[in-house]
Parts: sequence; structure tokens; C-alpha cells
Amino acid sequence: MTATTTEITVSAQGLLRRFGAHTVVDGVTLELKRGEILGFLGPNGAGKTTTMQMLTGNLAPSAGSITICGVDLLDKPSAAKAHIGYLPETPPLYRELTVGEYVDLAARLHRVPKGERQAAVGEALSSCGLAEVSKKLVGTLSKGYQQRVGIAQAIVHRPDLVILDEPTVGLDPNQIREIRNLIRTLGRDRSVILSTHILPEVESVCDRVVILHHGKTVFADTIDGLKKFHGGRIVHVGLRHPPAAGVLAAIPGVARVDADGEHIFRLSFDDKADPTDALVRRAVEESWGLFQLVPAQTSVEEVFVQLTQKDEAAA
Amino acid sequence: MIITIAGKELKALFSSPLAWIVLTLLQLILSFGFLKRLDDFMQIQPQLMQAPNPPGVTELVVVPVYATCAVIMLFAVPLLAMRLIAEERRNQTMVLLISAPLSMTEIILGKFAGLMVFLLLIVGVTTLMPLALLAGGSLDFGLLASVIGGVALLAACFAAVALYASCLTAQPISAAIVAFSLLLGMLLTGETASDGLRERGWTVPAALAQVLSPLKNFESFAKGTLDSYSIACMVMLTVVFLILSIRRLDAARLG
Repeated sequence: MTATTTEITVSAQGLLRRFGAHTVVDGVTLELKRGEILGFLGPNGAGKTTTMQMLTGNLAPSAGSITICGVDLLDKPSAAKAHIGYLPETPPLYRELTVGEYVDLAARLHRVPKGERQAAVGEALSSCGLAEVSKKLVGTLSKGYQQRVGIAQAIVHRPDLVILDEPTVGLDPNQIREIRNLIRTLGRDRSVILSTHILPEVESVCDRVVILHHGKTVFADTIDGLKKFHGGRIVHVGLRHPPAAGVLAAIPGVARVDADGEHIFRLSFDDKADPTDALVRRAVEESWGLFQLVPAQTSVEEVFVQLTQKDEAAA
Repeated sequence: MIITIAGKELKALFSSPLAWIVLTLLQLILSFGFLKRLDDFMQIQPQLMQAPNPPGVTELVVVPVYATCAVIMLFAVPLLAMRLIAEERRNQTMVLLISAPLSMTEIILGKFAGLMVFLLLIVGVTTLMPLALLAGGSLDFGLLASVIGGVALLAACFAAVALYASCLTAQPISAAIVAFSLLLGMLLTGETASDGLRERGWTVPAALAQVLSPLKNFESFAKGTLDSYSIACMVMLTVVFLILSIRRLDAARLG
């Protein structure tokens, strides 16, 4: 809860979780520093929620260790949980309480000292845009508001690590933007782990990405690393007078050519080769009429699809 | 922290109609029985006066009120306790408690304390009836204290068993049915086994069987004899079921 705590807020090593004979999470390792936002991706059933349940102490891992701000979650659950704020997939709401009462209860349960409680509750309510509904019953609110109440509950005790399981589900576009801004603000001085299906959300909010598939980590790097994952390796070339088929593919370093219409070609390069110079020289020499040369921006979506459909095709 | 959870439970109880219905029905049944017995007592009082060492109003009117209260609790406690854990599971709100820096022990004790405050409130409201008799006479306060203590311990036993039943499932109604079956089964086996074993001279098994039957242990309180073994039995039963509940919650996390 203070800025002086260790820089690494969460470190999980080799998390494994079995349900019977079925291994749902298999050797997930992750580490997060203060001020980082981690996007947690994966198809349904990849083990995202299970991993988050383990990180928050709701489920004991079959193997592996979890350290929250230097405290072992399995040895000292209470001390470690004090650093965590968690919004599960279904917000844990008491419908019979008012929004204010509910957030106050969450603050009490997280042992926010009495003197600071009112300020903490007020802050959580206003940063989630709930100040004007604080006297309404939780059960009477719309889904979007209930989701925000769930987020307020997760941040009221100013935790070092905020874990949000699909926080923008069921919100309208304006609310999604508000919540994203809130997550960015949170990410400035604490760590946030965010699971989502909305891939642009990851690009716009997160610093780092972990992609899970069948319980295994298939990708873990920064957003920049993800963009470079094969960024620069694919170039869209526009030629007014394209040469005969096969000429482009024959340029050394070009692995593959896909025609995208009559004039646009998608060139994939070999690893480590950069035949752009050669391509431009040939285009000028042979008057191909080069009018476009754009390195493809690798989107999260491309990487996601590539990584999570790979073994479906193989299987 | 236990107080926070207990407060939350009480609030939830009073915001549902169930608590009010139970309080109302209980008052109706108990006050009807109380007035009927009081009426009978007034009629036979002249004859009682002639007997040597006659039983008083506390014994004949007040104690039966608490005995009725004990029997009603056998039905009411499973209903009042069914939500405690089962409903939190069904509504997926258990996550809030588990993710908070609380131990399972604190969660269980908080829930138990919340329910106990409500049950003691029932006992308190029941006690208003005998206290009303002070307007026209005096009471045997020793016997009154003993029977109140007995009912409170009995409530604790029932509450612990029903709380455990609520930990077993995610369906409040099944929790209530399990709790009621458990209590009834325990009362019957405890009662018959304890008597049967004692007749055969097997005192140790008989003493163990007595732990299972809170109603049997309550009888000594109703006579005004403070039997330390009966107290021990009731405390033991409560503690055992609270520990079982804590372990049950832990087991759910280990899956």
C-alpha cells in the first residue's frame, strides 16, 4: 500500500493446477513490476480464470509458488491477500446492500483503518463514477454499473496489485473508455493484471502481454515485443506494373508472396533477411511502378490467432 | 473482523422476510402456549398449595415455554442458517470473503456469531414473557437462568451443525434439508443409544452418545440442575462442527 514496497509486485513460478486428471493450467510463470499493466489473453478455457483464482488465493495450485509483494501467498495468505484487489468474472455483489454500504463493507473486510475508510470509499466511488448512485441498492443497478461496483470493491483498499477478470464485459462503448482510462490511471503506481477477449483493449492499455493456450504460456513479452513478433517481416508492396509471378519470390530473402488484388502484394521475409533494398532497386530498374511499401503492423489479433490456432491445425 | 462479518450476516437476515416470519411465528406459538399454561396454573393453584413443597410458576409455566422454543429452533435454525455459505457460493460472492485478507476461521466464526446474535435475540424476546409475570409475583431466578443458558447452548449446537450443512452445498434449500436431517438423526440416535447403552452398563459409549443429543443435554438445564457434563457435551458438539466447517471451506479451495 506504500510506494516503498518491493518493485516486483507479483511473481508466480511454474503454476500448475489439475482438476482430477485434467491439467487446466500447466507451468505458467509470470512476473510483474509496479507500474506495469499485464494483458492476459487466451481462448475460452485456456486457463485464464483458473490462473487468476490461484493468484488471488481462491484456488490452491497443485504445484508452483506465488509471491505477492515479497510475501508468499501459500505460507501467509492473509498478509499476501492484503496487497491484492480482485474482480472475478462474476462481480461478488450483495444485492441487498446499497453501493456505499457495499464498498464500505469491502473496505472493512480488507482492513482499511477506520479513520481512512470514509476517504477510501469516497475515492473508490468517485473514480468508478459511482458517486451519484451510492445510495441505490446494488441489485437495482444496470449491469454496467454493477461491473463498476465490482471494480470499486477491488480498488477501495488501494492494493498494489489489481487483478481484473474481463472488467469491460457488458459495458457500453463510453463506459469501456472510462474503465480503460481508470485502468491506465491504476497502472501508473501499481500493477494491474487484466484478462480480456477484446484484443484492441490490450493494445491500447497494456504494457505486457501473456497469451495462454491449453494452460500453457505460448507468448509472454512486452507490447513492443509483440509488435516485433514478426513485425518488419511482412511488407505490403504496391506495384502498378507487377512483374510476372515468381519474379518477386525469386528475390533473395523473400520467403513467400501473397497477391492481395492485382497491384498489392504481401511479402513475407525470411528470418533475419531484409531484402527491402534489393526490392526497391529492382522495382526502379525494371519500372514496376512502385507506389507503396508498408511494413505490416502486427496486431495482437494476428499473433493471437497464429499462436492459438497453430496446434488446432496440427491436431 | 469477525464482528464485520457477523454484522453483514445480521443485516442480510433482517433484509430478508425469513427472519421476520420466524420471529413472528415463534412469538405467536410461544405466547399462545404461555397463556394457556398460565391459565391452567391459575386453576390448579389452590390444589397445589395443599401439597408439600409444591412446584412453582417457573417450573410449570416458564420452563415449558423454553422447551417449546428449543423444539421450534430445531426447525427454524436450519432455515436461518441455510444461506450462510450456500447462498454466497450460489451468488458467487464467496470470492469477496476469500480474496480479502481473512482466514477461513474468521469467516466461519463471523458467520456463526451473526447467526448466534439472532438466535439470542429470539431467546431474549422469549424471556420477556416470564419477566411479565414479575408484575404479579416472583420467579425462581436460578431455574430461569439455567433454562436460558440451556436454550442458548442448544441454539449454538444447532447453529454449528446447520452452518456445517451450509458449507456442503451451493443450494440453500439442500443445506436446510441436510441440516434438519442431521439434527434429527443426531437427536434420535443420541437419545436412544445413550439410554440403551446406559441400561446395559456401558457407561463410556453412553456418555459419548450423549454428546450427539443436545436436546437430551438440555433436559438437565430445564430441571435447574447444572450438569457440567451436559455443558461439556454441548460445547464439544459446537466446536467440532465449527472445525468441520472451517476444514470444509479450506477443502473447497484445494478442490
